[in-house]
Amino acid sequence: MHIPDGFLTPPVWGTLDAISAAVVPWVARRAQRDTQDQRIPLLGVMGAFVFAAQMINFPVGPGTSGHLVGGTLLAVVLGPAAAALVMTAILLLQALIFQDGGVLALGANVFNMALLGVAAGYLPGRLWGRKPVTIFAGGAFSVMTSACLALSQLRISGVPMGGSVLWASLGLFLISALMEGAITVAAVRAIERLNPGWVAGGPQSSSSRTLPALAMATLALVVVGTLIASAAPDGIQRLTGQGGTASAWNIRMIDGIGGLVLIFALCFLGGKLIFRRRSA
Amino acid sequence: MHHLVIDRWSRGSSPLHARDPRAKLAVLLVFLVAVSTTPPRAQIAFVAYAALLIVAIRLARLPLRGLAGRAALVLPFSATFALLTLWSGDALRALALAEKSFLSGMAALLLVSSTPLTAWTAALEGWRAPRMLILVIQFVYRYLFVIAEQAQRMRWAALCRRGTQKGYFDFSAAAGLLGVLFARSWQRADGIYHAMLSRGFHGRFVPSPPAPFRATDAIFCSTCFAGCLAIRLLL
Amino acid sequence: MTRAIQVQGLRYRYPDGTQALDGIDFHLDSGESVALFGANGSGKTTFVLHLNGLLRGEGSIEICGLLLADDTLQDLRSKVGVVFQDSDEQLFMPTVLEDVAFGPLNLGLSPEDAMTRARTVLKRVGMAHALDRAPYHLSAGEKKRVAIAGVLAMDPEILVLDEPTTFLDPPARRDLVTLLRGLPQAKVLVTHDADLARALATRAVFFDQGRIAGEGEVIEIVQRFHWEYS
Repeated sequence: MHIPDGFLTPPVWGTLDAISAAVVPWVARRAQRDTQDQRIPLLGVMGAFVFAAQMINFPVGPGTSGHLVGGTLLAVVLGPAAAALVMTAILLLQALIFQDGGVLALGANVFNMALLGVAAGYLPGRLWGRKPVTIFAGGAFSVMTSACLALSQLRISGVPMGGSVLWASLGLFLISALMEGAITVAAVRAIERLNPGWVAGGPQSSSSRTLPALAMATLALVVVGTLIASAAPDGIQRLTGQGGTASAWNIRMIDGIGGLVLIFALCFLGGKLIFRRRSA
Repeated sequence: MHHLVIDRWSRGSSPLHARDPRAKLAVLLVFLVAVSTTPPRAQIAFVAYAALLIVAIRLARLPLRGLAGRAALVLPFSATFALLTLWSGDALRALALAEKSFLSGMAALLLVSSTPLTAWTAALEGWRAPRMLILVIQFVYRYLFVIAEQAQRMRWAALCRRGTQKGYFDFSAAAGLLGVLFARSWQRADGIYHAMLSRGFHGRFVPSPPAPFRATDAIFCSTCFAGCLAIRLLL
Repeated sequence: MTRAIQVQGLRYRYPDGTQALDGIDFHLDSGESVALFGANGSGKTTFVLHLNGLLRGEGSIEICGLLLADDTLQDLRSKVGVVFQDSDEQLFMPTVLEDVAFGPLNLGLSPEDAMTRARTVLKRVGMAHALDRAPYHLSAGEKKRVAIAGVLAMDPEILVLDEPTTFLDPPARRDLVTLLRGLPQAKVLVTHDADLARALATRAVFFDQGRIAGEGEVIEIVQRFHWEYS
């Protein structure tokens, strides 16, 4: 799911780098507010744990095995902001040191996996309580979100992915998503048995569900929307990748992504307003 | 292990190692942008970029084959998409895809192989990356191998007792392993925190001041910028 | 003359209810070295975690005449240097030099002074050649020496070492004994290693289920409680 450099076009990686560069400091401040400097060794060690855990194979059938991606597990144990920060650190190290994902594409990978991926993993539990089924859903949604976003970004950048290829990729990702769900549930259960205190408690029943519900809806909109929108510029198939000359599709692309970001921002702000009015 | 080799390389000494990390980071970004925006028909440009990298690798006194081999790890992934592009009839674009991902990977690898982690994270911090992110990166890196090795040993121990049982039992064994690894990691974090408190830690890490940016670094930067720009615009 | 450590009536109960320490009276004179023996779980490590306030129990603890309390905690942490059993948990900074400088920086020294002090101390423990190395690359013996340096850099009056010879091979163990012998600080050594105790300590205390079951010369305690491997 890590996109290397050379695949995304400048408008795509540029926009996503800008978005991630703006959101990550906000996430860091959120994480700091929730955890304080004393928890930094914990975040670091958990990051190293996820890295190491990715090496452990979970057999899921004849000749197939999966491994933990970790966004949802981190969200369950550390909370969403800290989890997003740890995932960002992991992605940065993977990009620079392990050549897993590009440097210019880091913004895209962070957006897909550390930001929206972690959000998707966290929201089901936040909305419907911390249960095996919501943890499973979280794990699956997290992987599907990251995968769909990555596929859309590749398509918008002109990587040819016709119908059959797209469905095949989605199918493979669905299998990984289900595995992530299963592994995350199993891991959380194993951890809980050792010490229930390690699994962060679910939300209080009194806390408002409006914002998380709105966030969930927006997330689904963004993910499905970008997937559909990436198919819209039909001129891409005819492109020879001549870059600067066909400025029309550049603008259309910026339009497409810009439009979705605008929708996302509107929903987010709208949700905040409603939330504030409710509690006033 | 991969990152241990890179760690060793990064502590070498060479004219490239001695350059300010901020300069090297800036040059990397300019190089990556140049490569990324190069149109597929400008194949000569890719050769020129490769030549630039080879010069830099020589300057860093690093093994060319070793670096190229590690950068080539990205190729299986790009090859798949390159093939897709080839099928849709765009051979040049397919080639460019593979070349761009390989060259970009080499450049990033060169940066981390000639700059210790503390140096390039300090450079990022100089560019206003959140301090908490930098600290987490350093801690993750510090404990990466320790915990990975623990996981490896636990896996071996489990494999020794695997017998012929398969299927569900292996899945639950892996989950149990993950749980114990998590527990040991959490306790390790507690231990680290105790060690920090014992040495007077009272809430905030004290940052060290950055080294001054020298004239050599400025010359290095401008030369590389000029080189990349020239290749991008002229070829 | 004020004692280095004076503990009276120390009691501590774990969150799950077990009484880990049940009335400990302990003293350490300036420059003296004491070995703490006892089975795993007898309370030795729990006890030493009280000496710099990481755990807080009932009873009184005086370090160099200062009573351990919330407001004296920071001061006392620079007087009591604890070297933990797991060096990987102790050396958490990316390089050796930065790790040893961590303590002085927290004490308020300027970055330059902290680095100078770190270099001096690393030379003292014989690790001056490893300034820029990552802790992971060091051997167990080297890590232990750097960990000790990190603690010495805070200029403590008392050194507490928790199972220092775990993971050390015989040569490294010998080097550690030589190093510790040359340090003037009063020492508390939690150890299973009777030879280490004999080499360094003048007195031994035996812990049993949260209480002190015996106190006396090292050889005498080892014999009384059969505290050897064979």
